[in-house]
Amino acid sequence: MSERQNDTLLEVKGLKQYFNINLGFFRSKPLKAVDDVSFSIRRGETLGLVGESGCGKTTVGRSILHLYQPTAGQVIYDGKEINSKESLKEFRKKATMVFQDPYSSLNPRMTVSDIVAEPLDVHHLYSTKQERNDRVLELLGYVGLNSEHASRYAHEFSGGQRQRIGIARALAVNPEFIVCDEPVSALDVSIQAQVINMFDDLQDKLGLTYLFIAHDLLVVRHISDRIAVMYLGKMVELADAEEIYSHPLHPYSQSLLSAVPLPDPKAARANKRIVLNGDIPSPLNAPSGCPFRTRCPHATEACAQSMPPFEEVDKGHFVACHRVREIG
Amino acid sequence: MFSANKPFSMHLDPNAFLPATEEDKQYISRMRPSSTFFKDGCKRLLKNKVATISLILILLITLSSIVLPMVWPYSYDAMLGVRPGKPVDASYNNLAPFTWGKTELKRMEEGEKLFPHIFGTDAHGRDYFIRVVYGTRISLAVGFFASIIVLIIGMTIGAIAGYCGGRVDIIIMRIVDMIYSLPDMLVIILLSVVLGKTLNVENTIFEKIGANIISMFIVFGLLYWVSMARLIRGQILSLREQEYVLSAQATGAKGSWIIRKHLLPNCISVIIISTALQIPNAIFTESFLSFLGLGVNAPMPSLGSLASDALNGITSYTYRLVIPAIVICLIVLSLNLFGDGLRDAFDPKLNA
Repeated sequence: MSERQNDTLLEVKGLKQYFNINLGFFRSKPLKAVDDVSFSIRRGETLGLVGESGCGKTTVGRSILHLYQPTAGQVIYDGKEINSKESLKEFRKKATMVFQDPYSSLNPRMTVSDIVAEPLDVHHLYSTKQERNDRVLELLGYVGLNSEHASRYAHEFSGGQRQRIGIARALAVNPEFIVCDEPVSALDVSIQAQVINMFDDLQDKLGLTYLFIAHDLLVVRHISDRIAVMYLGKMVELADAEEIYSHPLHPYSQSLLSAVPLPDPKAARANKRIVLNGDIPSPLNAPSGCPFRTRCPHATEACAQSMPPFEEVDKGHFVACHRVREIG
Repeated sequence: MFSANKPFSMHLDPNAFLPATEEDKQYISRMRPSSTFFKDGCKRLLKNKVATISLILILLITLSSIVLPMVWPYSYDAMLGVRPGKPVDASYNNLAPFTWGKTELKRMEEGEKLFPHIFGTDAHGRDYFIRVVYGTRISLAVGFFASIIVLIIGMTIGAIAGYCGGRVDIIIMRIVDMIYSLPDMLVIILLSVVLGKTLNVENTIFEKIGANIISMFIVFGLLYWVSMARLIRGQILSLREQEYVLSAQATGAKGSWIIRKHLLPNCISVIIISTALQIPNAIFTESFLSFLGLGVNAPMPSLGSLASDALNGITSYTYRLVIPAIVICLIVLSLNLFGDGLRDAFDPKLNA
């Protein structure tokens, strides 16, 4: 590991994203979609972000890009905090996003070349039409499309091709950092593999850093260097990919990983699934203390009293659990 | 194709196949030539027979209402029986189609060739055909301009309300609700009375069409944009949740860019159809007001005022009511059908 790979590209400190939910006239309650999440991403790595539906993964991605104004917390990119209009403008040229749904993320009224060139248009990154055209063709080349596709509309493409167009658009400004918001969950498995491999290739070729949000644990394991697990708006565990798969410490991660289907039937039979009781609580009335205590098989009195700190248990292995030493 | 030394084998001989040359590949991978959204739409529009015929009809009516008054030998306001210094020649009043007045007959006997009064003349001895043409011109102009005013105001305000949402949206929509509750006819009548006094249209280009029409434009600008604004707001409210809008926001696009590039093009079919329906609506309003005597100023005809004048002689000269009515029908029907055709042609999702 070179030193370059160890320096931090993006740091998120105490990110909170609350949405006000109207309960009636003049009554509203904050929905804590993301509550006090901190992590950092090193240059050139892929951080996988997993968790069940509604746990705030997507919101984290969007808040980092300031698509929602964060309620509290800092986003520090390359040593500079994103807090002013100017810094945000610069940040938008370096950080882009790939969206989940390849059908609604492309404007049906625009040709592929207009879609891909939109970031160029917005940031005025070219001087002549020829330059714009060349750049579009170069970008389409990166994602395995060709010049004939440029003048077509999005509805003429298949899901996988559409996702490639979305990736080409994300690459347009020459970004360093891409938030991939479940980019493969809407695709079928064979196409998923192609797109995932393309993400890998592009990372090698262009030196990209990914925040890879997904709920498919196998996909995340394949692409990620480190993995973060979220539960109910909080980050419960963060460690290297192999470490988290071999030694999950938080009871939620343990249960989550035990649910991964194994291709080997013998191993699958030997694998004991940890089934959780009950449903994920509503983030509107989150439990006191540790958010997971209502479903945790190891919960004690102490868990209801205070939120466990998110601390480093092992080298590079962060867990938020009061009883981590007893369980682990 | 099949292997020569194994005559009964169904195995294919690989030597019989040649690799494709670059040229062959080019030939096979040739794709549909690129085409713009507008070109595609026009192509689809021309395939639609009903819409094409309607378009031709609209163009024909519009062109003839512009060109014909320039070349027509009679003027819309010249009373043919009135000659300076002579008593009024009543034979010109209420002429049947393709007949002439006394002096004209005399001139024809002398060998002069005269253009026929295709629809005859009205009660004041004015050529009726050119009056219908002029009326069409006025009605069309009112229809087009009124809907353009409505379109611009309604689209801007609706798009802003829909995109900004929140407090801006609430304030704009409450204003819209207030305007909705105003009786528009009352406002038109009041405004035309007030503006007729205060607007000094003499010696300007507006003199001929008169203060009534100006006040109608103003009323359209003030009142009729609300339904357009509501429609577009509703569309944009649903469109702005689409991920491509989020993606544009993520690249740092401004609100005006998103509205222009993403939101409005996606509700273009709604805009087109409601504008195409707004034109006949405005023509109806104008005809209705002219019928009541609140439309264009006296010598200037409009289709509504022609119909209203024809009511006096409805038993003897029924055709004078039928002709402007048919013209109104033709304009309104062809605009509606054309609007439908446009919507079908410019919505690629429908034709995917």
